[in-house]
Amino acid sequence: MKGVAVTGMGIISSIGVNLEESFNSLQSGKDGISFPEILPTSYKNLLVGEIKLNNAELSEILDLPKTHSYTRAALLGTHAIKELLNNSKYDQFPEDTGFISGTSIGGIDMTEKHFYDFSENAEYQKYIQAQHPGFTTEKIAEYFDLSGTVTTISTACSSAANAIMMGARMIQSRKLKRVIVGGSDCLTKFTLNGFNSLKILSPQKSKPFDHNRDGLNLGEAAGYLLLEAEAVIRDKPVLGRVSGYGNANDAFHQTASSENGEGAYQAISKALNKAGISASEIDYINAHGTGTKNNDLSESVALKRIFGDNVPDFSSTKGFTGHTLGAAGAIEAIFSLLSIQKENMFPNLNFNAEMYETGLIPVSKLQNKQIGTVLSNSFGFGGNCTSLIFQKDG
Amino acid sequence: MGKIYINGISSISPQSESIFETENPKQYKENILSAVELDFKSLIKPVMLRRMSKAVKMALFCSKQALLEAKIEMPDAILVGTGQGCMKDTEKFMTHMLESEEGLLSPTSFIQSTHNTVAGQIALDLKCKGHNMTFSQNAVSFESALLDAILQLEEEHVKNILVGGVDEISNEFTGFQKLDGQIKSDNINNIDLYASKTSGTIISESAAFFSITSKKTPESFTELKDVEIINSMAASELNAKIENFLERNNIKITEIDAVILGKNGDSRFDHYYDTLQNGMFSEKCQLGFKHLVGDNNSVSSYALFLASKILKENKIPEIFKLNTLNCDNPRNILIYNQYLGKNHGLILIQSL
Repeated sequence: MKGVAVTGMGIISSIGVNLEESFNSLQSGKDGISFPEILPTSYKNLLVGEIKLNNAELSEILDLPKTHSYTRAALLGTHAIKELLNNSKYDQFPEDTGFISGTSIGGIDMTEKHFYDFSENAEYQKYIQAQHPGFTTEKIAEYFDLSGTVTTISTACSSAANAIMMGARMIQSRKLKRVIVGGSDCLTKFTLNGFNSLKILSPQKSKPFDHNRDGLNLGEAAGYLLLEAEAVIRDKPVLGRVSGYGNANDAFHQTASSENGEGAYQAISKALNKAGISASEIDYINAHGTGTKNNDLSESVALKRIFGDNVPDFSSTKGFTGHTLGAAGAIEAIFSLLSIQKENMFPNLNFNAEMYETGLIPVSKLQNKQIGTVLSNSFGFGGNCTSLIFQKDG
Repeated sequence: MGKIYINGISSISPQSESIFETENPKQYKENILSAVELDFKSLIKPVMLRRMSKAVKMALFCSKQALLEAKIEMPDAILVGTGQGCMKDTEKFMTHMLESEEGLLSPTSFIQSTHNTVAGQIALDLKCKGHNMTFSQNAVSFESALLDAILQLEEEHVKNILVGGVDEISNEFTGFQKLDGQIKSDNINNIDLYASKTSGTIISESAAFFSITSKKTPESFTELKDVEIINSMAASELNAKIENFLERNNIKITEIDAVILGKNGDSRFDHYYDTLQNGMFSEKCQLGFKHLVGDNNSVSSYALFLASKILKENKIPEIFKLNTLNCDNPRNILIYNQYLGKNHGLILIQSL
């Protein structure tokens, strides 16, 4: 079965405000990790993947009225979808376009900013509803007049990957002809302090899959894909296809991954099964690879279980962007599609030594390779594991 | 799409389930309604209960009850709709963080703050490794989960699904909803909700879970026909949207026996329901539920619980009725709900 066609993409992250900038950074190995300048945190020494545009600047780019109530995640999401719209050959999205967005924390940036203002200052009360994920999605929908099927998936770090999966299913079951899928999450004090309290933030740039890895860097991003049914593609170029997807629950622990990577193993198996391909047909893996002790080992074990001694070329791009939580699945889907289009495997930054438990060595320098099939993994709190498979069109 | 059957249902709300028999509702004098406490420890170990937030407790308890009724030990997928997620833990971590100005924090409440904590905890308890999803889209969170349920049942290996909606209240965050006009500024008695001429509504916490299946069993008692979500529309578009929805399911308006409406006493937005009550469904039995259980982002799961119970028992309790029309033998029930004029949801169910 032919997968679902991707006919548009848009992205913003700390390595670029559009596809071209992002690709250039990936090619040149330039990460977007820095100290926080826009996030008003007291942790000035914690490295993050921050987009160096403040909300006022983003609002101006998007031409929003001064009185708007967009959250930062809504601003980032709108920015990314504007690029998607521009390269999708539509002037505006047709009325029957669906929208499924993933986000982990939605507009909690506004809650933490105005928590003490709400009762005192009526001006900020427009952000009271912003706390809940659906609000951010609705703001983006409002910008593009998307009034039909609009929903939000919030499954922590696998949110956007799940949104892509749900969108692909909606197309395949003919419930929608066209759907924008992906996710958006911004840096917040809430998540920075949360991950810090879990002691899984690295004091340095993260080193996914390295033996000496010591945690992740948080990031912010938005990424969206346009999925379209065959009947409406017409002569548009197909950027790639979503041909497999699988979601499974590790059912092991609220935050930690199981030692045998069971959830990841199940998710990858389901995705392969859905795509109707064998493991040996995977050319490259864009791994979840956060840089934490727990995730990278669990994911490596799952990869060994699936691929045995023939683990395909793989890398984590989180060294570039940081871990962008609910948006990660979407920006990494876009990186996967870029890998197919540009025949590039992007480097796993900051890698020095393989972990002794599995001996797996990621692609650590930019490499050219014809790539027909990419596996992209996204795992999250609550044991939520999702794998997507993208294939070259044709 | 194949047929989908509901085999088990369970709910927790500000009303005890006995109102279906006694028709004697609890009356609240404040505009924020807590869910009744049930005998949670009859199904959940006390040591686990102590660590659980109300949302997790309510959801897990209902999940287990629904599965028991359906005689299902292990569902193939777990789908949860929650508009506001684990709010108490979010509030706890946020207030600690703000009060301490980003000081030393315990991770416990952060860990439990993610929206998918509920679905994750149910999976953990049941040891269920299947598809696990959490939808958080305001008033259509539960409808979104139902939509995914329909998609999942198209998969060959998915036979039984646990799907539900849950939302809890918390002090500060729910309190904020008074400030921006979501909650009525003057306290009312819940029973008088529909007579209220003011803006805002009464907010509550609730959960309702369902065991659904693609294969009819002796436990099956209703059929879930379809679900639709519509992000925004004018009241004038409502008729056409409902007509399309029914037509898609080969059901004529004359075949609808009862409508369950999410009317919530908000003078700004109840005209959506008025349009239907005075228009296309004026000759139908009309039911409401928010005067009993209040409003929240996943309370449409309670509406499905109500509809399922009506079809199961073939009886419509008077206490839910918005008009005086009778319906002796309900077969098709349509549920329509929206919040603040957005996030409209339609659910259609049919007796077997």
